[in-house]
Amino acid sequence: MVGSIAAIGAGLAAIGAGLGIGRIGGSAMEGMARQPEAAGKIQTAMLIAAAFVEAVALFAVVVALLGNNPQ
Amino acid sequence: MSISHILSLKNFRNIVVFALFSVVFSFQAKAQHSTSDSDSVFASEDKPQKELNKSEETFDTGDFILHHIADAHDFHFWGEGHHSVGLALPVILWTNNGLVTFMSSEFHHDDEGKVVVEKNGQRFVKLHGKIYYASAAANAEGQYVDVDHKTNHAHNEKPLDFSITKNVFSLLFSVLVLSIVFIGVGNAYKKRAGKAPKGFQSLIEPVILFVRDDIARPNLGNKYGRYMPYLLTVFFFIWFNNLLGLVPFFPGGANVTGNIAVTMVLAFITFLITTFSGNKYYWKHIFMPPVPLWMYPVMVPVEIVGIFTKPIALMIRLFANITAGHILMLSLICLIFIFKNILIAPVAVPFAVFISLIELLVAFIQAFIFTILSALFIGMAIEEHHDDHH
Repeated sequence: MVGSIAAIGAGLAAIGAGLGIGRIGGSAMEGMARQPEAAGKIQTAMLIAAAFVEAVALFAVVVALLGNNPQ
Repeated sequence: MSISHILSLKNFRNIVVFALFSVVFSFQAKAQHSTSDSDSVFASEDKPQKELNKSEETFDTGDFILHHIADAHDFHFWGEGHHSVGLALPVILWTNNGLVTFMSSEFHHDDEGKVVVEKNGQRFVKLHGKIYYASAAANAEGQYVDVDHKTNHAHNEKPLDFSITKNVFSLLFSVLVLSIVFIGVGNAYKKRAGKAPKGFQSLIEPVILFVRDDIARPNLGNKYGRYMPYLLTVFFFIWFNNLLGLVPFFPGGANVTGNIAVTMVLAFITFLITTFSGNKYYWKHIFMPPVPLWMYPVMVPVEIVGIFTKPIALMIRLFANITAGHILMLSLICLIFIFKNILIAPVAVPFAVFISLIELLVAFIQAFIFTILSALFIGMAIEEHHDDHH
């Protein structure tokens, strides 16, 4: 077996981030479609929420980097 | 819109320039790889493993990337080993016998602990970027340190290292540039009071108003004036350092905001401001939250831990985003070396350019997020009491 478990962990974190931010983006698009004049506020709120979700995924990446045991 | 608008001479020129750029820089990569070994790129694949060590070292991607993310005691411009061209930076050590300073060029580009620098009767070596007191005798590989092979660190003692490293130099450089720009803009406002902004003022003014109207005012209410200097400083400092980190040559290319010590200090300052601006409603909310009494054993520890996890999250968010971006950029360029084939280059280089553009956006977004979250936390601390929970 090549590679390390840490790489699999980082990949799982990427799945989590993708799902989370995808949902945030999706609902932001929907909100902007319903009310185009609120687009600026929705965009700001979307960025903030995406930063929180991404931060959690990056914690997992940092743990993967720390726990990586190369052969 | 007719087709002639798309195929105009100017667009055609831009496409040709971009294509030539990708091709030229793809061949740059080949030229750099062939000077480090005496054989051509294709022949090296057929060589048996034991002969490889003589003319070419196997390219360790992980090591290469981690070396470029980490701090160093000199700026390396080009070249390998003895033929390296770079800018040596001062090494400043606080040893048991006092302060010792010398230029890092005295290590002669050695990072394996093999070259000993002797000052004041004390002997120093550098192993993987860290400076140690040299052992009396060399070990089997010629290194003057007692190496722990698992972690690649040494068991020798270290003096306190206050050197001007790449990150320190880049930090001081960005502080200098930011000071010049903003003191200049500030003076221009004083001189041209009441007149329309001119030059750099027109560039900076919309951004400062953006920080005031979209970050400070919504979160801090009408006490935003007290915290604006801090929020502006943090925003421009992080943005400028993120951008400098994306520039591959001197004076950029030192991973400042991707260094956890730097982000720790920024998050710590936010923590100090939040804690010292907290009014009694803030502390009351933490130690006596508005929940039923039987939930206190759960809520109070959660709130207390929450005081610390918010700045820690700020720290890790900035560090990981920027470092991950740099690792991604380096990995894409390293793809060419992993496949040992120049034909990967026209794929890797444009993809790396595309990722660079995303990283430019990330540089701004991370500065914006750090600032708005700091404003949010300070706002929560200075918030006046609302009667709407009762």
